[in-house]
Amino acid sequence: MLSAQLGVEGQSQCNVSLMASSASADCITQNGSSLKERNYLGLSDCSSVDSSAVSCGADTEIKSNLNLKATELTLGLPGSQSPHHQELSFTALLDEKQLFPLIPSKDAQKSVVSGNKRGFADTVDGFSDSKSAMLGEGKNWMFNGVGVMLTNKPCGTQPLVKTEATTLKECGNNVNNGGSNTNNAPAAKAQVVGWPPVRSFRKNSLAATSKNNDEVDGKPGPTALFVKVSMDGAPYLRKVDLRTYSTYQELSSGLEKMFSCFTLGQCGPAGAQTREMMSESKLRDLLHGSEYVLTYEDKDGDWMLVGDVPWQMFIASCKRLKIMKGSDAIGLAPRAVEKSKNRN
Amino acid sequence: MDHPSEDSPSSSDKSLGPTNHPQLPFPDEVLEKVLSFVNSHKDRSSVSLVRKDWYNAERWTRSKLFIGNCYSVSPEIVARRFPRIKSVTLKGKPRFSDFNMLPRDWGANVHPWLVMFAKVYPFLEELRLKRMTVTDESLELLAKSFSGFKALSLSSCDGFTENGLKALASHCRNLTELDIQDSISEDVGGGWLSSFPENFSSLEVLNFASLNSDISFDDLERLVSRCKSLRVLKVNETISLDQLQRLLVHAPLLTELGTGSFMQELTPRQYEEVETAFSNCKNLEALSGLWDANSLYLPLLYGACAGLTFLNLSDAPLQSGDFANLLVHCPNLRRLWVIDTVEDKGLEAVGSSCPLLEELRVFPADPYDRHHRDGVSESGFLAVSHGCPKLHYVLYFCRRMTNAAVITIVKNCPDFTHFRLCIMTPGQPDHLTNEPMDEAFGAVAKTCTKLKRLSVSGLLTDVSFEYIGKYAKNLETLSVAFAGSSDWGMQSVLEGCPKLRKLEIRDCPFGNTALLSGKLKYETMRSLWMSACNVTMKGCGILAREMPRLNVEVINDEGSDGSQADKVYVYRTVAGPRRDAPGFVLTL
Repeated sequence: MLSAQLGVEGQSQCNVSLMASSASADCITQNGSSLKERNYLGLSDCSSVDSSAVSCGADTEIKSNLNLKATELTLGLPGSQSPHHQELSFTALLDEKQLFPLIPSKDAQKSVVSGNKRGFADTVDGFSDSKSAMLGEGKNWMFNGVGVMLTNKPCGTQPLVKTEATTLKECGNNVNNGGSNTNNAPAAKAQVVGWPPVRSFRKNSLAATSKNNDEVDGKPGPTALFVKVSMDGAPYLRKVDLRTYSTYQELSSGLEKMFSCFTLGQCGPAGAQTREMMSESKLRDLLHGSEYVLTYEDKDGDWMLVGDVPWQMFIASCKRLKIMKGSDAIGLAPRAVEKSKNRN
Repeated sequence: MDHPSEDSPSSSDKSLGPTNHPQLPFPDEVLEKVLSFVNSHKDRSSVSLVRKDWYNAERWTRSKLFIGNCYSVSPEIVARRFPRIKSVTLKGKPRFSDFNMLPRDWGANVHPWLVMFAKVYPFLEELRLKRMTVTDESLELLAKSFSGFKALSLSSCDGFTENGLKALASHCRNLTELDIQDSISEDVGGGWLSSFPENFSSLEVLNFASLNSDISFDDLERLVSRCKSLRVLKVNETISLDQLQRLLVHAPLLTELGTGSFMQELTPRQYEEVETAFSNCKNLEALSGLWDANSLYLPLLYGACAGLTFLNLSDAPLQSGDFANLLVHCPNLRRLWVIDTVEDKGLEAVGSSCPLLEELRVFPADPYDRHHRDGVSESGFLAVSHGCPKLHYVLYFCRRMTNAAVITIVKNCPDFTHFRLCIMTPGQPDHLTNEPMDEAFGAVAKTCTKLKRLSVSGLLTDVSFEYIGKYAKNLETLSVAFAGSSDWGMQSVLEGCPKLRKLEIRDCPFGNTALLSGKLKYETMRSLWMSACNVTMKGCGILAREMPRLNVEVINDEGSDGSQADKVYVYRTVAGPRRDAPGFVLTL
């Protein structure tokens, strides 16, 4: 199932360090199917979130048809077989660009990835320049403050991407429009449970623009799957219904909006204390170097990086989510793949 | 239900009814006769407090029961006090359950009530339930226990399927009303409609708009043609336009119509027929449904709109142009529900076309901002307030608002009784000045002296709550989310609003001090809800200990560390702690 989800890939892989400034941004590039280990952070696999000695986790026997590229922590939709795109991301991943620009940066147009983020461009077939531009802009905007790094299972059909591209584009536009009020920029329309208070049965069909699985009205589905989401440094927890999302991308953007307000210290009661207007440069300073990783606690009680496994598997095993500082999340990644491999 | 005392006065025998009391200036029969004209349950509660014999006269003459919180009292207590009930209204879950904030199987099951009613009120005619769980078993019990049963209204209820409805349809020979609103159970099944017997013709109200399953149109058509007194018909989305036309031919006297799907390829002849059918509906006061309505077919409605007082477009995302064109034909509108796809421009049309408007609800097409539509803003609201001075009820979902706009709005419309403003981004300040929205809601509290219900949003400090506590003297319901700076905010409200009945709070920095500051007040209120605040188990425990007539219930999220109280529901009760509480509800 993993292979089907993640696509086939036998090309050069690159493991990405989550810590931009970390010296241990080892990139272990291997050829073909011999790559076994996925060394996200240059550390051994360990279930605790404490940092530990740097070593390469020895993942065994990851099938060669695993698209490890796809499970790398980037934003786009895996599934593209285009080597060009893979290499693009490879290069970009090494590129220590500005991580969290507030305003979409023009140079994000081609290579949509900056720092450790993989863009849509990387993995989607038939990717056009204009789309990448939109995505680039939007993506950078969206990573404003919370560098949530996820992977996606490859459901990258064109329409789906297009919608998300449009979304990101509009995100970008949103930023541009909200010039006078930095609070508009992140526009934290949080997908918190029960907010906005619109009844779940209400079916305002945006027939023209919604995706099939776009739950405009946030119905909880057959059984709602509420998990707590906490963020280091945030004053209180939020909860989300995982069933309102169908991809990691949606989860990522939802959480991003929910928690970017904390990063900016603007919204909610916490914001009352730090309500002074933040200039763009001030924001950038704040965000520079701060890096967050989305992790989850699975049914075994282990903390894993979100995005390693197919979506369905993820929601089946996720007990709660935590947005951690990158430094705390060292060594989480390898286990996820190994665990799921073991399950398979 | 303020006085559950079951003592009977010394001079009357409960089983025979009250007899003459020698000290009364007039006999009980007169008192009872007079009381039979008192209908409001609030008035009746007041009457029952005067003296014991008034209490008795009242309880013997009450025929309509209203229970705002099903756990505030028990079926046994109710049955003992009121021997002759014909109509019951029961409300169950806290309102936030509408937004998925309560786990499933929380409770509010109607069954124990029905079991008691079947025993004690064989002449029950009406049952109106809101946010209760209603199983098929309960519906079957209902259908078989009350031979004269007439009206069932289910609002935001869940737990039933078509089987329960089938029992109802087959057994209730005198049914006049079946009104299902906002049903949570979607795939209920549609076979129930065919279960009405062939000679059944008493229906006056039929609303199955929120049940999505296919039904047999032929059976529906036959039913509608048989029921000559039908005045309210709200069908579901599966009914097409030409089918609707056939229904309208059978029921031109409808006062309330909920259409089915409003999008269909119509031949010119069909178009004309539908248009004629609508024009023949001379009595139409309320119109809803209209799923997928668009510019092509909206004009079909024009002929039916002259007398329309309530237009519910909350299932029809329209653009401003079509919307404005429709409004021109609805000069008598008093209540209007729309989706924010009409944008500010559409609301300007409301301001110019609907001078009699009293109620406006604007729902978001894109509540989770997936498509980044603009929706409506302060200028739309302003435009409505300029053109509709009678506006007193508003529910407004927007992405931005300003203090200045709200201040002007309430100056234009000072008669607000219900002001529910939802700025959809939590903690969003005035988008022009970046200040908190304190002054906006302060103006609402100060200017709208009749204000009964208020929902606040946006960035708010304790100042806004000071205003509310100080000025909102008639406020009964307050909803707060992502607001306030400290305990003082909540305390201001608890100390200030004398008529407060329902307080629901989520994601605010209010803690134990605030919670406990209102302990005496909660006995004068129906309920308090606090979730994702700073209240701890300890604080709740103190409240529970000090106020034995309150139920203090806590639901903690999985994996919670056990010291925080994640969801707290406090309500007054004479029935003691819940006996049916599921495991995740801790009663302290």
